[in-house]
Amino acid sequence: MDQILGNISLLFEFPVVNLKIIIDGVMIGALFALAAYGLALVWGVMNVKNLAQGDFVIAGGYVAWYFTRQGVPPLFGVPLAFVVMWVIGWVVYKLVISRVIERDLFTSLLATFGLAIMMAQIMNLMFGSDTQSIQLKYDTLYFFDGFVDVPIAKLIGVTLASSLAVGVILFMKKSRMGQAIRATAQDARAARILGIDTEKVYAFTFSLNAAICGAAGAIIVMVWVIQPFYGISYSIRAFVIVTAAGLGNLPGVIAAGLGIGAAEQYGAHIFGIGYQQAIAVLLLLIVLLYRLIQQRRVRQSLN
Amino acid sequence: MKKSIFYTVLLAIILVAPFAFPDFRTQLATLWLMIVVAMTWDMTGGQMGYNSLGNIFFYGTGMYVAALISIGMVHDVGSYNNAARSELMTFTDAQYFTGAIIGIIGAGLFCALTAVVIGYLTFGLRGPYFAIGTLGVAIAAGELVANWDWVGGGQGIALPVYPGNLDVGKLFFYFLFAGTGVALFVFLKWLYTTRFGAAINAIRDDEEKAEAMGIHTLRYKLTTWAMAAFFVGIVGGISAFQLIHFEPLETAYQTINLGIFMVVCVLLGGKGTLWGPIIGAILFHVIKEVTWNYLLGWQWVALGALIVVTVVYFQDGVMGWLMHKKPEWFGIRVEQKEAR
Amino acid sequence: MKKTLSLLGCVAGASLLLSQAALAQDCDTITLGSAISLTGKYATNGVHAKNGYEFAIQKIKDNGGVKVGDKCYNFEVIYYDDESKGDRGATLAERLVNQDKVQYMLGPYSSGLTKAIAPVTEKYKIPMVEAEGASRSLFNKGYKYLFAVLSTSEQYLASAVTLAAEKAQEAGKETSSVKVAVAVENDPFSLDIRAGVLDDAAKYNMEIVIDEKLPRDLSDMSAILTKVKLLKPDLLIISGHSKGAATAVRQIGEQKISTPMIAITHCEAADVTGNFGASANDFLCSTQWAETLTYEDPIFGTAANYEKEFKAAFPEYAEKKVPYQTAQASAAVYVFKDSFERAGTLDKEAVRDAISATDLQTFYGAIKFSEAGNNIAKPMVLRQIQNGEYNVVAPSAFASHPLNYPRTPQ
Repeated sequence: MDQILGNISLLFEFPVVNLKIIIDGVMIGALFALAAYGLALVWGVMNVKNLAQGDFVIAGGYVAWYFTRQGVPPLFGVPLAFVVMWVIGWVVYKLVISRVIERDLFTSLLATFGLAIMMAQIMNLMFGSDTQSIQLKYDTLYFFDGFVDVPIAKLIGVTLASSLAVGVILFMKKSRMGQAIRATAQDARAARILGIDTEKVYAFTFSLNAAICGAAGAIIVMVWVIQPFYGISYSIRAFVIVTAAGLGNLPGVIAAGLGIGAAEQYGAHIFGIGYQQAIAVLLLLIVLLYRLIQQRRVRQSLN
Repeated sequence: MKKSIFYTVLLAIILVAPFAFPDFRTQLATLWLMIVVAMTWDMTGGQMGYNSLGNIFFYGTGMYVAALISIGMVHDVGSYNNAARSELMTFTDAQYFTGAIIGIIGAGLFCALTAVVIGYLTFGLRGPYFAIGTLGVAIAAGELVANWDWVGGGQGIALPVYPGNLDVGKLFFYFLFAGTGVALFVFLKWLYTTRFGAAINAIRDDEEKAEAMGIHTLRYKLTTWAMAAFFVGIVGGISAFQLIHFEPLETAYQTINLGIFMVVCVLLGGKGTLWGPIIGAILFHVIKEVTWNYLLGWQWVALGALIVVTVVYFQDGVMGWLMHKKPEWFGIRVEQKEAR
Repeated sequence: MKKTLSLLGCVAGASLLLSQAALAQDCDTITLGSAISLTGKYATNGVHAKNGYEFAIQKIKDNGGVKVGDKCYNFEVIYYDDESKGDRGATLAERLVNQDKVQYMLGPYSSGLTKAIAPVTEKYKIPMVEAEGASRSLFNKGYKYLFAVLSTSEQYLASAVTLAAEKAQEAGKETSSVKVAVAVENDPFSLDIRAGVLDDAAKYNMEIVIDEKLPRDLSDMSAILTKVKLLKPDLLIISGHSKGAATAVRQIGEQKISTPMIAITHCEAADVTGNFGASANDFLCSTQWAETLTYEDPIFGTAANYEKEFKAAFPEYAEKKVPYQTAQASAAVYVFKDSFERAGTLDKEAVRDAISATDLQTFYGAIKFSEAGNNIAKPMVLRQIQNGEYNVVAPSAFASHPLNYPRTPQ
């Protein structure tokens, strides 16, 4: 208890710490937002709740790490991870996901859970269970007497993440495929009647999701560390964010991603870093309960 | 007539098995654990249509409650679980057994109670949200217990070793598990034929209609989950004494192991049937033991593949398949309540 | 199981296989069992330990095997993968005893797994010599069949506290002015390290300014490092197996933490010098064993010789330090050899008593067990990474180099 109070008082004693926490939070939050964005896509379009989301992220990280070890410049790892994970996403779609779309909601949850277990273990067998990272040879910027440090690598990561997000938003708005995806999300049957090949749309959406996750992972491996079994924590965050923001609300997903990133950093500062996972999960429960209470209110007003 | 012979033979097998295969007593006991958790999962998942991914919460809580009660009856819990403790803290035989029995029963009751509380908060969630919400409860509980020093934190708890003869000890745990399993089976066999069973099936088939028919759905849901939690808590408590040492994240609140295995068992055997979870648990346990022995390193890949294949291609399970192929079998060989 | 073993033999190299074939024919086999982490969070160090076991078995074989009475034996190990999970480890230990009829066990990796397996070996009265479980909580349960060749974990970083106290006194300050920050993983091993550090810090009246636990899937500890910046401790203690070491070295470099003394565990296992280069400079690393120490025995030769031969047998270590996790695993096998020979029988009670009476000089250090089963004859050493080299700086009896203090942030 003393420690918690002490930590809170630090926030007031050194106001610049708040800035540092928010910057750190937004940086990791931007990557949570990417994974959540992909989840919102597949959830909204094909009603698949992908519990393997985090494992796609980690797999993307390993792709980038692998190519960097082969001598490819680290920044090229991001597009490479995007492409490789696109292919993997397509294969996974054809083998598993295409068969669970029409099934009840629990099926996709459990099938992707099985997938997550498999992926984590295959990565463990391929790359070993050590934590891995790519060291970028860039400096760190320091502000406020060194209290706030911003490694240029992190800045690059966030820039890449946001340009990817903007790119996908533009794609969804402007391109024919993007329009087809949105139409399918609204009403798959109507889209089919209007001549949209929904099977193709589904395959494309899932591959796109895997690719986005892969790119996010490639950024994560440059800035933080990855390990085969870290996927679950990204999956949890993605679910928290999508549940909080709602489906089909892409700006909301990004805002929620950044917010949860910051909230977690604050939680880690106040309660200790050991509670980080617990905080993320408790946020999820709070969001669910909040939604529930909201629903109850709607029900009552109907009476 | 045939039925009573069948059950007599079955009971004989249960009683003789640990003596016929003395080297496999521990695995047989674990098999009963799987059977119990699979059957309890099916109570809400199969019979009532609420797919929980968080039933492992009751397993972990059962372990902790049983251990804490039995330690608390003799020693100071905080200092028993202190990492730097240097003095020996022992239990006499009598303390061990009274602690174990009271602890295990206490674990069941406590879990039933928490099920009511958690159920009250989460049963408003429907479909996948209920699954995610209950999974969240289990993960959060594990993380919080891991940060709670009084119960040993991330170190977990080490209970005393079974006093006395080793072989008797193994039989002791086998029959505790098996007894719970048989009691649960008899209870469910009866329960599913009652009005109560019909009511929870109605909730599964259409909750709004069930409510409109005058079924107080929340009360039924809470009662069902509390009964399931009671049995899971009991086997959790037994496991605590059988395993001796356990820790929060990977043994007690093992969300991605046992927490998912129980669901896969049920799907493999056939959801919403009395025998499905049992058949599924046996099949799953055998597959698991074989892959763990012969696929060193690859066992999780095999298991993940098994889950995917079961869920995607074989979701009706063995019972569903049998019902489809040999409808005439039902009512002859096994008690099948709702062959729809 | 035989299949796995022959696979392992391949790893050890073809030349070794040949000599195995030549000698194996006139010796019988003693089967040991071990559940070890091949997958899961401890897999890296689990594999280190397993390689250590295999190397020692091969060396003993090349040196004429184990002579019990007038017969000669070779060791053979049945391995299972415990997935770094306690309940799995306990189940596998049961299987080793019940189905594989194993009479002697080698330990798993990590205190947590050892804690899960020790009750099983205890109840079947199976002697277990373990090399990777250091938590004191293993030795306050009254186990009679558990023996650990390594020093207990409260000693890992306690000498760093002593060093910090000495430095404060040299500067003419009270030791009570020293501020200590502790961040350890939430597992039995690291929690016991924390307990040891807190005990020692209390002896010097030091102030603990940060006391936090690292999560199991740690990838970012900037929240703690920010606090370190604000509270300016004089000593920073971090313990979280390999991933804790890697994350700490990386982010401490990135955030320019200027704490004058930083002590961590698992430097060699995480290969921090190879992975992070200059960022790792001036870190203090606790180690159970160092190849520069002057220990020696007839089987493995000197500590330096052990490292050389091990690297030859396992080329994947050529570019790294041989981690102490490997050396102590080999030492555990050596304890079994020695005890079998002294017992002169394969009776497991006699062997237990022989193990208990062990008083052995090895390349890994002296081995002598207390009543509780931990090794009380061997000290821990503290090494500092100086220009990419690991140099022993404490305790003073073993120190080969002076301590760089305060450390210069890279």
